[in-house]
Amino acid sequence: MKKRTTPAALRQTFDRRSFAIGSVQGGVGLILAARMGYIAVAENEKYEMESESNRVNLSLIPPRRGWILDRNGAPLASNEADFRVDIIPDRLVNAEQAVDTLGELLHLTPVEIQDLKDKLEDSRGFQPVQVASGLDYDEFAAVSVRLPDLPGVVPQRGFSRYYPTGPSVGHLIGYVGAASAEEYEEEPIPLLVTPGFKLGKDGLEKQFEQTLRGQPGARRVEVTASGRIVRDLETREDVQGQAIQLAIDGPLQDYAARRIGLESGSAVVIDCVTGDLMCMASMPSFDPNSFSDGIGRVEYKMLSENDRVPLRNKVLKGLYPPGSTVKPMVAMSFLEAGLDPEASTVCTGGLRVGNRVFHCWNRRGHGRVNMAKGIYQSCDVYFYHFAQKLGMDVIAPMAHRCGMGQQFPLPVASQFYGTVPDPAWKLKKYGREWQPYDTVNATIGQGYMLANPLQLAVMAARLATGKKVMPRLMLDGSQPTFDSMNFHGNHVEVIQNAMSDVVNGPGTAGRARLPVDDILMAGKTGTAQVVSLNVSSGKGGPWKYRDHGLFIFFAPFNNPRYAGAVVIEHGGGSGAAYPVARDIMTFLFDPAKGLEALHALEKQWGGTAQERLAARYSKYAAEAGVDVPPAPSDPATLVKHVDAEARAAAQPAAMATGAIRPRPDPVAGDTRTEPDT
Amino acid sequence: MNSSILPGPLSTLPWRVLIPLTLLTCFGAMVLYSAAGGSLQPFATNHLLRYGVFLVMALIMSLFPQNLVRLGAYPAYGAVLILLVLVEALGAMGGGSQRWLELGFVRLQPSELMKPVIVLVLAAFYHSLPASMVGSWRALIPAGVLIALPTGLVLMQPDLGTALAIVFGAGVIMFLAGLPMRWFVGAGVAAMVAIPLAFIFGLKDYQKRRVTTFLDPESDPLGAGYHITQSKIAIGSGGLDGKGFGNGSQSHLNYLPEPHTDFVFATMAEEWGLIGGLLVLLIFGIVLRWGLTVARNAPDRFSQLLAAGMTATIFFYASINLMMVMGLAPVVGIPLPWMSHGGSSMMTNMICIGTLMMVDRWTKTGNRSNFS
Repeated sequence: MKKRTTPAALRQTFDRRSFAIGSVQGGVGLILAARMGYIAVAENEKYEMESESNRVNLSLIPPRRGWILDRNGAPLASNEADFRVDIIPDRLVNAEQAVDTLGELLHLTPVEIQDLKDKLEDSRGFQPVQVASGLDYDEFAAVSVRLPDLPGVVPQRGFSRYYPTGPSVGHLIGYVGAASAEEYEEEPIPLLVTPGFKLGKDGLEKQFEQTLRGQPGARRVEVTASGRIVRDLETREDVQGQAIQLAIDGPLQDYAARRIGLESGSAVVIDCVTGDLMCMASMPSFDPNSFSDGIGRVEYKMLSENDRVPLRNKVLKGLYPPGSTVKPMVAMSFLEAGLDPEASTVCTGGLRVGNRVFHCWNRRGHGRVNMAKGIYQSCDVYFYHFAQKLGMDVIAPMAHRCGMGQQFPLPVASQFYGTVPDPAWKLKKYGREWQPYDTVNATIGQGYMLANPLQLAVMAARLATGKKVMPRLMLDGSQPTFDSMNFHGNHVEVIQNAMSDVVNGPGTAGRARLPVDDILMAGKTGTAQVVSLNVSSGKGGPWKYRDHGLFIFFAPFNNPRYAGAVVIEHGGGSGAAYPVARDIMTFLFDPAKGLEALHALEKQWGGTAQERLAARYSKYAAEAGVDVPPAPSDPATLVKHVDAEARAAAQPAAMATGAIRPRPDPVAGDTRTEPDT
Repeated sequence: MNSSILPGPLSTLPWRVLIPLTLLTCFGAMVLYSAAGGSLQPFATNHLLRYGVFLVMALIMSLFPQNLVRLGAYPAYGAVLILLVLVEALGAMGGGSQRWLELGFVRLQPSELMKPVIVLVLAAFYHSLPASMVGSWRALIPAGVLIALPTGLVLMQPDLGTALAIVFGAGVIMFLAGLPMRWFVGAGVAAMVAIPLAFIFGLKDYQKRRVTTFLDPESDPLGAGYHITQSKIAIGSGGLDGKGFGNGSQSHLNYLPEPHTDFVFATMAEEWGLIGGLLVLLIFGIVLRWGLTVARNAPDRFSQLLAAGMTATIFFYASINLMMVMGLAPVVGIPLPWMSHGGSSMMTNMICIGTLMMVDRWTKTGNRSNFS
């Protein structure tokens, strides 16, 4: 070290060390060049992709939904061009002010504003919240002009689902709505969270979701880091979803729904030749048009508070004791078991079974009753008598063959089976032996027996044609052929004639005669008691204690083309059901005459079903004000909720051991239906 | 001394460095023009203007005689130190950290001035230190104090990048001044021990985060790692020949942070590709090589150390910035000389260039009078 302490030595050191530093600098330069070459050339592809994914934002264009057509090709669900305003919560600067401004511009009611504020509170991030849809151009323009003051507000053009007949098809077709968190979890594709995209939430819209959905279009835009759109790059058009064609006859469906009127009930019409379900109406209903925007708090409260369960499809999920409507089927089972149709018994108004007396609905008695009279006069004693002789093992298999207790291959989420009781069933369910009185109750469609309106309609069609008619909801261009039910001899004719006499002869439903020349409708009335006679007479009093009114029918009676069933919940008896059936069939054969009857009724009721629903809503909303708890975010869950209750209620909770005291089947006071024995 | 203002002053200018440097600045201006969205305002014009002004300043500096410079070394050091204290005091009164003095026409950042001044004062110190004492503590302690004072003040601001630049410049001078090699080895070992400790106790949270993010940028791609990731995307997506002038999406769509200052190289690389990047590296290579050549040819110890120190300062700027944008160093906020928009760094680097030209002129005029 000492030798370096001269200036010359220091200069040498400097030379050496500066050379080292120069080398280090050169080395760093080379490393940098190599590093850059590696990033820019070797990893170029990776970084180019990342740069593109930074720059380009792919936004999906929701596809136009496929139409749902009726059997004649008329749309039951279509799409309407629509102006819409959404809010992207993340981009809002002053939410309160933006909502108030929008409320002013779009004339929102205080209730709607409250709904919107709730939705904004619950929303997260970039998922858009719909403010309003179906705007007219002026409102749309008013918002568009104010956009610079309203960051986060997005006016858009799109399509919304349109159901021309509204509530008439509510249960059948269902409705659409924005995807819920659960639905997105199940199907995590970006389309589901695209603004404006709606998927089927219920009914056929849900069942045929993948067919109806179509292919989304895509718009590629260049965006800045903060998400501002710089320019459009390219746009791919969407592919509209495929249409589906139903067997439903649109006008008939609408007619039936409207004809049910103020009652709570359902109507089914089947084409006996093809099995086409031409009408499956369930009322009261909801308007699927208003559901597709997300259900508002007032509407939800109104619907959920209604004791007539407007959210349940009663055609498939309403289960009722079928009452006397099972009598033609029971009679058929007697015939097939070898009973002579002329075999008779004497009705004195009641029959002792074991140690109890089972009454006929007609306390005065029917006198001597053969099978035909047993059906058209609905004589209970006739059935008590022969059912005891032949036994439940004859009746129950026939009920199953006719469709009771069965599910049909239909594209629906669920159908309730109902119950056809037999000894094995009772033993399994209640651990008790089958008793003679159980058979007696079953023959008049009471006791444990439960069926839904579709099953009743199928039963009518099978009895009328003697063929194993299978209902179908979708038209596929094929002409189905049905197996014979293998009824023997003239048994089908016997039933046809007896059921014709119910309407056209000395039967219980003379008022159901069609006002159409040459076409005679056959039918069978039924009155199902809901509570025992000591609670209510079943005809008046509190609505929920009144009897169900049922009617099954087919026409023309000797060459059946159409069959069906009408069930009016708590209608007070079959008198509530068969006028509905009569008018529906009238409309089918003579639309002008049918409409005339409907218009007269609607004048009394205060408008069509859709008009009445709207009027009720506005009245309800005015009374309720804003202080209503918000609706659940997904109405589909609430439908499920109703389902669960319905299922629990569908089975009789307690064992039915007592004797059913049948109600007078014809409506009292209707002189034309008084049996003329 | 007056021989410098002799006929043909243009021919004596070091054109071999001024031409590449001007090219680099013009290239920088083009990048800034693009970064401003195809506009001369607000970056490019300013950038060229500053270069012009500071080039004149550098040319004037290059005329200073060595005596004057050496005599002025300590007063200059003292003055800048006072400015640093002043900044600190003003910052304390203002209730926050402050790095500059508002002089009305320019924001003076004293810590920037300290980078060349520390080189100057150490060169003067080792020049005056007798050769026999280079291996003794007397070579170390005064120099240590000279370094510690400004470094401490700058760290208090806190400005880690500038503090490192000061220490690096000073370290290079001490190395070249011939201090015993074992001291550097010892310091290196000490640093290895001290750096983890400093990391844990000395750094502010945001500085720690920068270091951890540098070690693993993907750990926080949208937070602190965002800068590095976006910068690498910009450079990587440029490829061999870039996306074309004005077509850089990373910079124009604001994905790249600070596209006109610290990350200007990434902005450039995205549009000009590897070719542009190699051009920039080449020019820096030319400038630095010229700087070291000037140092080696310098007539005496003072001018040798001065020139080498100035070169090291430029090297530190450029290499740390480039390593940062390429993901080889943490984000420390050091601009790229002659390309980044910003007056302070332009001034510092032009002072370095002016000093190098001055030493070059001393060499060429054969002034060896002060070699002792």
